[in-house]
Amino acid sequence: MVDLAQAVAHVQAITAVATALLIGLAALGTAIGFGLLGGKFLEGLARQPELASILTPRMFLLAGLIDAFSAISLAMGLYLMFAKNPFLTEVLNLSARAVSGG
Amino acid sequence: MTGAETNTAYIQHHLQHLGFNLKTWTLGGQGFWILNLDTFFVSLLLGLLFLFAFRRIAVRLTLGPPGLAQNFVEMLIEFVDKTVKESFSEPNQLIAPLALTIFVWVFLMNFMDLLPIDFLPTLLSIAGVSHFRSVPTADPNATFGMSIAVFFLIIYYKFKIHGAGGFLKTMLTKPFGPSCFIFNIVFHLLEELVRPVSLSLRLFGNLFAGELIFMLVALLPWWVQWTFGGVWAIFHVLVITIQAFIFMMLTIIYLSSTQETH
Repeated sequence: MVDLAQAVAHVQAITAVATALLIGLAALGTAIGFGLLGGKFLEGLARQPELASILTPRMFLLAGLIDAFSAISLAMGLYLMFAKNPFLTEVLNLSARAVSGG
Repeated sequence: MTGAETNTAYIQHHLQHLGFNLKTWTLGGQGFWILNLDTFFVSLLLGLLFLFAFRRIAVRLTLGPPGLAQNFVEMLIEFVDKTVKESFSEPNQLIAPLALTIFVWVFLMNFMDLLPIDFLPTLLSIAGVSHFRSVPTADPNATFGMSIAVFFLIIYYKFKIHGAGGFLKTMLTKPFGPSCFIFNIVFHLLEELVRPVSLSLRLFGNLFAGELIFMLVALLPWWVQWTFGGVWAIFHVLVITIQAFIFMMLTIIYLSSTQETH
């Protein structure tokens, strides 16, 4: 029983770190990306304000593109944390099989 | 009262599709041969709604001052038409209606995420339906379906415009020169295959994250839900519009890139 508790605790600890990395790096990447994008946009707009109607839709287009993969990793991190944790279920399955088998 | 187990059970229950096993003709289950009925019917209904609404407005066109609905549809069509004309050098009958369909249909499907999560599932559970997910674009099947269709269109247009010989020549010689034809083939294959995958995963990731966060907000106590949920819902309105716009823009850009002759 102690072995099982230790195994489960280990898997949960590693999963917590993995989730933190997924969510944190997604946030970091998005923040830096949007910062650069917005900064360049404002710079270009300050130089040539008459291009606002051309630059603004393109900025939104790029914002959506930058958003994409960080949204995916955010979704994966939240899924791991709140919905099924496959690593944990695998450990529990193996332990159930070990208990019933041997 | 609501421990971690029931929270997880709530989320897991809400993340399961209403599947229909095409091999055994029974409801339920997951896997390759499962048709997600909720995605299928909601996307079909929304597509028909879009078609009927726009057709009704188109049939009753007036040359005098337009009403509100006609004005709105005209704005949309002008916007799509302008975007297509900017990217496409030659006139093409298919691209502008395709772009309009993609934009409005994806926007309507994304909009289903703004309904309260328990709204449709509770209504349908009265009718006996066990699981239901109301957002079709949060199902990778729907987004991959659309992006694979766009992928086939890209290949079709490449063959149609350049011919089979021109297509092969481009694949074998283009970026690096005829001697490195293996690298050229690998490069082109990667470029072509990444496009539908990224197109669909972008839409799926954004919508799935939105839905999951709404579910998490639903687990909070009622007096906190409205602040977090309200802020996220307002941000999500921006996200769904941008993602629909991006799907449309990228489709137009990919299809216009088939016309390029270097």
